[in-house]
Amino acid sequence: MATVTYSKASRIYPGTPRPAVDQLNLEIGDGEFLVLVGPSGCGKSTSLRMLAGLEDVDAGDILINDRNVTHLPPKARDIAMVFQNYALYPHMTVYENMAFALKLRKTPKHEIDRRVKEAAAMLQLEDYLGRKPKALSGGQRQRVAMGRAIVREPQVFLMDEPLSNLDAKLRVQTRSQIATLQAKLGITTVYVTHDQVEAMTMGHRVAVLLDGVLQQVDSPRALYDRPANVFVAGFMGSPAMNIKTVPLSDKGGRFGDVTLPLTREQLTAAQADGGGNRVTVGFRPEDTDLVGPNDGGIPITVDLVEELGSDAYVHGTVALEGQDERFVVRADPRRTPRLTEIVYVRPHVNTHHAFNAATGLRI
Amino acid sequence: MQAISERSATARKRLSSPIASLATVVIAVLWSLPTAGLLVTSFRPQADIQRTGWWTATSFTLDNYRQVLESQTSGRSLSQAFVNSVVITLPSVLAPLAIALIAAYALAWIDFKGRDLLFVLIFALQIVPIQVTLIPLLNLYVDAGLAGTYWPVWISHTVYSLPLAIFLLHNFMRGLPKELVEAARVDGAGHVQIFLRVLAPLLVPAVAAFGIFQFLWVWNDLLVALTFANTPGTNPMTVALANLAGSRGSAWYLLSAAAFVSMLLPLIVFLSMQRFFVRGLLAGSVKG
Repeated sequence: MATVTYSKASRIYPGTPRPAVDQLNLEIGDGEFLVLVGPSGCGKSTSLRMLAGLEDVDAGDILINDRNVTHLPPKARDIAMVFQNYALYPHMTVYENMAFALKLRKTPKHEIDRRVKEAAAMLQLEDYLGRKPKALSGGQRQRVAMGRAIVREPQVFLMDEPLSNLDAKLRVQTRSQIATLQAKLGITTVYVTHDQVEAMTMGHRVAVLLDGVLQQVDSPRALYDRPANVFVAGFMGSPAMNIKTVPLSDKGGRFGDVTLPLTREQLTAAQADGGGNRVTVGFRPEDTDLVGPNDGGIPITVDLVEELGSDAYVHGTVALEGQDERFVVRADPRRTPRLTEIVYVRPHVNTHHAFNAATGLRI
Repeated sequence: MQAISERSATARKRLSSPIASLATVVIAVLWSLPTAGLLVTSFRPQADIQRTGWWTATSFTLDNYRQVLESQTSGRSLSQAFVNSVVITLPSVLAPLAIALIAAYALAWIDFKGRDLLFVLIFALQIVPIQVTLIPLLNLYVDAGLAGTYWPVWISHTVYSLPLAIFLLHNFMRGLPKELVEAARVDGAGHVQIFLRVLAPLLVPAVAAFGIFQFLWVWNDLLVALTFANTPGTNPMTVALANLAGSRGSAWYLLSAAAFVSMLLPLIVFLSMQRFFVRGLLAGSVKG
């Protein structure tokens, strides 16, 4: 049971001008499942490794349960970590792998035995305790790595993309298992992933990073509904939001002949901070309807239809200000348009997002 | 991956073709013929050896071996030299291994200032030819009062082998996944525990390879032993054999038997250590 606090924590790799993690401020509550998400190279893994003590902290502090651990070695932090490639000890059996940390702490034998058996039961590994890692499948290895963390009963779980080496089906299954397990154990968890679906489905809160800078931290629902800037808007959600920077009229953002309305406050904010006469507007593929030619939709020429069974996504282009702009919209899978056909896309009322064209911030 | 496995498959096919097998057999025969000749010679009577070639051998005797084992050079028998060889070789293999393992661990896994420079300097020591160091080292040993003991030859073999040992073991350790060390650190292991309980079992092939290499080198070495262990109480087989041929030029017929006596131990060591050359120790540890 513990809280974790990053306080202006920075990591600057020697010989690089830009910090890998730049003044990260983050409060993680007791028992919370926090997901760090972002594109590769955004500093999410580095942030996690700083918390683990595997990476130096060049500035700022990291606290676990209000205890400053910034310069403590990993073993003094009472954390357990699951690595992307599992890093199982290849010469030890599954049992020995899970017992290793407890043995190092000189835990009594019967206590080790109890905890390992308990974790093995939780993860359905009882039949494999005597096996070496090389005799296990990828999913089983992943569970052993989880088990190794669970038996520790640590203050904080750290997970560095633990699912990215599993195949797609197993990943979805294990995803829900981990979330259930975490809820049951109630141990504060920091989870790193590049997959926004994992982030949305698993996290109590999600922290989005880009270039070492925290962009937004909020519940998955709030991230989806109210992205703080253009990057978060484009990163969360699949397929990605349609985001275009368009001319500003006195009513809103103009997509050719169609205007997506903005409030008076939004219009003022769009012109501030060097926004000029342009505004960045986004709407999600799922927040649209295909309408008739005279119903105020944006006309796009279909050039690809993706059938997913439950949905179909229609990709198309339209010339705006002499430039071909691509749009993706969700359509009824039983009534998909043909290629080269012109369809009319109308976003649902008040579901579009507006950002300042210069700063990229939500307005 | 596909391309590599395909290539290895075609390579295997080509290497196991009849022509390749025949070539291998021919090379093997040519290679072992002199040794076979030596073996036959070592069992022939003195008179035969001096008159005809080994391929005409008809009568055999163990006289040569008896004479070799009982022969006296400067008042010591060859069996004494055999014991000396063992006494010299064991510490000369174990000491550099122990030191190099610790040094390689530090250079591979502990981040300290000047690490890369130190590593380059250690490796650069390989450039120094050992012949250059013989006389200065001998002076030092004599000044330190170590002459006539095993210490000079132990120390010399150790220092000569360290650069290569550290280089080899360091590279092998760097090849192990770094997450393994990190996982051990998070699990609460210190450097000693990481080394002994996580890395050591995985280092067996590298240690065995270097151990055998160093063993053969020390066992067969004449130059270092001649310089630093050339007293009857300390000289190894190689020196004793050289003396055997040198001090009694007429006894050269004994050389083949003596050579086989000295080959015996390396042969046993090599065959018994073979099982440590195993691959796939890391299997299952990490994925990707």
